Amino acid sequence: MTTPTQAAESPRPDYIRVRDFSFNYGANRALHELNLDIPERRVTAFIGPSGCGKSTLLRNFNRMNDLVDGISHEGDITIGGASIYDPLLEVIELRKRVGMVFQKSNPFPKSIYENIAYGLRVSGNCGRSEMDQIVESSLRGAALWDEVKDRLHQSALGLSGGQQQRLCIARAIANRPEVLLMDEPCSALDPIATAKVEELIHQLKRDYTIVIVTHSMQQATRVSDRTAFFYLGKLIEYDTTEKIFMNPREKQTEDYISGRFG
Amino acid sequence: MFSFLKKTSAPRGEPMVWFTGLGLALALLMVAGLLGVIFLNGFSVFTPKRVSLITLREGAEVPRVGRTIAAETVSTREKHDASRTRERLMFLGNKDLYGQAFAYVAESSILREEFPGNLLAVERVEYGNAIFIPSRLTAADGATLDASDPAFGPRLDELVDRANARRARLLSVERDGIGGINRELAQLEKRAEFLEKRVGTKEARANAAELRKAIATNKAEYAELAAEASRLRAELAAVATLSGTTADGRPVSHPVGDFIRVWRPNAMSFTERSALFFSRMWAFVSEEPREANTEGGVFPAIFGTLVMTLCMSLLVTPFGVLAAIYLREYARQGFFVRWVRICVNNLAGVPSIVFGIFGLGFFVYFLGGSIDSIFFSEDLSAGTPVFGTGGLLWASLTLAIMTLPVVIVATEEALAAVPRGIREASLALGASKWQTIRGVVLPAAAPGVLTGVILAMARGAGEVAPLMMVGVVKLAPSLPLDGVFPFLHADRKFMHLGFHIFDIGFQSPDSDAARPMVFATTLLLILVVIVLNLGAILLRNHLRNKYKTGAF
Repeated sequence: MTTPTQAAESPRPDYIRVRDFSFNYGANRALHELNLDIPERRVTAFIGPSGCGKSTLLRNFNRMNDLVDGISHEGDITIGGASIYDPLLEVIELRKRVGMVFQKSNPFPKSIYENIAYGLRVSGNCGRSEMDQIVESSLRGAALWDEVKDRLHQSALGLSGGQQQRLCIARAIANRPEVLLMDEPCSALDPIATAKVEELIHQLKRDYTIVIVTHSMQQATRVSDRTAFFYLGKLIEYDTTEKIFMNPREKQTEDYISGRFG
Repeated sequence: MFSFLKKTSAPRGEPMVWFTGLGLALALLMVAGLLGVIFLNGFSVFTPKRVSLITLREGAEVPRVGRTIAAETVSTREKHDASRTRERLMFLGNKDLYGQAFAYVAESSILREEFPGNLLAVERVEYGNAIFIPSRLTAADGATLDASDPAFGPRLDELVDRANARRARLLSVERDGIGGINRELAQLEKRAEFLEKRVGTKEARANAAELRKAIATNKAEYAELAAEASRLRAELAAVATLSGTTADGRPVSHPVGDFIRVWRPNAMSFTERSALFFSRMWAFVSEEPREANTEGGVFPAIFGTLVMTLCMSLLVTPFGVLAAIYLREYARQGFFVRWVRICVNNLAGVPSIVFGIFGLGFFVYFLGGSIDSIFFSEDLSAGTPVFGTGGLLWASLTLAIMTLPVVIVATEEALAAVPRGIREASLALGASKWQTIRGVVLPAAAPGVLTGVILAMARGAGEVAPLMMVGVVKLAPSLPLDGVFPFLHADRKFMHLGFHIFDIGFQSPDSDAARPMVFATTLLLILVVIVLNLGAILLRNHLRNKYKTGAF
């Protein structure tokens, strides 16, 4: 979490810097020499048709792609000024700083409390009362506290889909990350649950740098400050959301947002 | 192939449904038939049968018994020779008198068959059952009670109860009292000897002298207990004497101290019969075997089976789970891992006797022999190997290796079935790979792992061949788990239901007497396996509910 002094400062426009970044699955090049800066404490949306590489880029920010065999990359990504590919950097530490929410809500088959406490438990050194406090503040932060405060020790799998997704967000922010990555967080939710998650994103951007991958143009316009349009592994256009949707520079972008392809 | 399909209006493929149904029906029928045979025969051991008093025709005598016999009908069969005569297998009892307990009687030679109510059947400590007509009960002080007296029945029951109580006392004195002192004495002797011979310093000698004193007090205690035991034995012998005549007119006289239970086979009410049924059944599962395993119960075998199976499960589960975790989660999936997997699967097809021989060679002779030569050299030189001979530990380990493939395969499947989403969620929260496996993957895979353990248990509990090499015996002097430190005696030999079936069925001197026991023991073994499986299934369901992995 950002400290109050940092919060008072104006957000850095290049909190996440992607420089000449290419990424390959085996011989298959998924991302082509990307360059973009993602501002601090803003919501940045990645849009583009399926297979365009937006999720691949997102999953590089916390190096989840490391799990895949045969990957390679060129170029660099820095978060807060430090390269995420620094050989001295523990990937575990990176993932604590860069939280992630997945497309399909994936609560652990444990109680609601244990779901939130999981990240704290794996990093150790967290007392009982401190943990209780963090669980509560994370659930409040994810606007879930009032709904679950009476059944913290019941299975998280008893929650509805929207609640489960907000639980996953709460679980991610319990680690007090700096960046929150969201990979199509609402694609499996109904409109009401989607509205709740979007409202939550609005609140969260005061404290977190949020990068969201979405297939919904409306969602991108509703929640994001800046939007990047990807196509076939290339960054086609990246600007403020208003500009992208009202007055795109590129023909491809215009075609995509107006639904002519993709 | 199925040309008739074209002529019918039924949807295509429907006959295959019938075929699959037929396959299942056949399988069920065979299982039900097998279980039915075992249940019927197993329970018939305990049902009290009537005793017929049979008079045979002139010239048709049962050897050593004569023309008049009192016997239970065990079974009827048709002779396999040309005559095709039907004959009955009859249980005569009185083995001490006749030298045989069973005889075949041709039905055509039976002149008269009656069921007199005054016949008495007695289960005895030795020589099996006695069947005779009681006449008089003679107490130790010479007082007699005639069998026609209405007080005779209750008095006899009371005396039998007293005899049973005394016998139980005697057993506890002999086993717990004398046995305990014997153990202690052996320990003290060993320590004293060690101090005197091996250490040999002045201090050690003084300590040894102390120990010798303790040995002397123990010996005095021993003598006391031995005196009590012989007193009890004398009391038991002097309870009373029951005299009477057998069907063929020979006078008999039995000490009531030898009686375990008495009943009048032809004059019992329904309640009496059921009481006898249940008391026999209870005795079968709770008592120790007598008379070379053909009489008495099978408690040590049930206990041994349970303890061995549980030990095996405790050993095989961590081994199998760790191996599967490495294979599935850590090892690079390539030629080598594929090859290892094939080897593991092939291991499941190795005949179990091979595992027994491996266990004997590696565990018993090599490992056990090494342990003995390092830690138990005194016992070894006394000719009593501790671990260098078959025992519970080696048997459990041997079966654990035998059932390892089952657990590995099941665990691998279970690990593979854990949703990718929750692994990623854990990793994304900054958990290491091992933290993820331990905290999320293993709990979610636990039900699948338990399925493997259930299969392993079922296979291990029913195995006999390897156990014969590594620790199962016909008659174990003590249980592998008892109240004496260190409670679980991993070095002890034990009894096992599976081996018991083999032993009484094929190694028994009296196969006619043993046959029903085979069924009863089989029934028990099946019940033990069911109970173990039910336990594991309940545990699995509990875990399944706890760690239900469902998407929304």
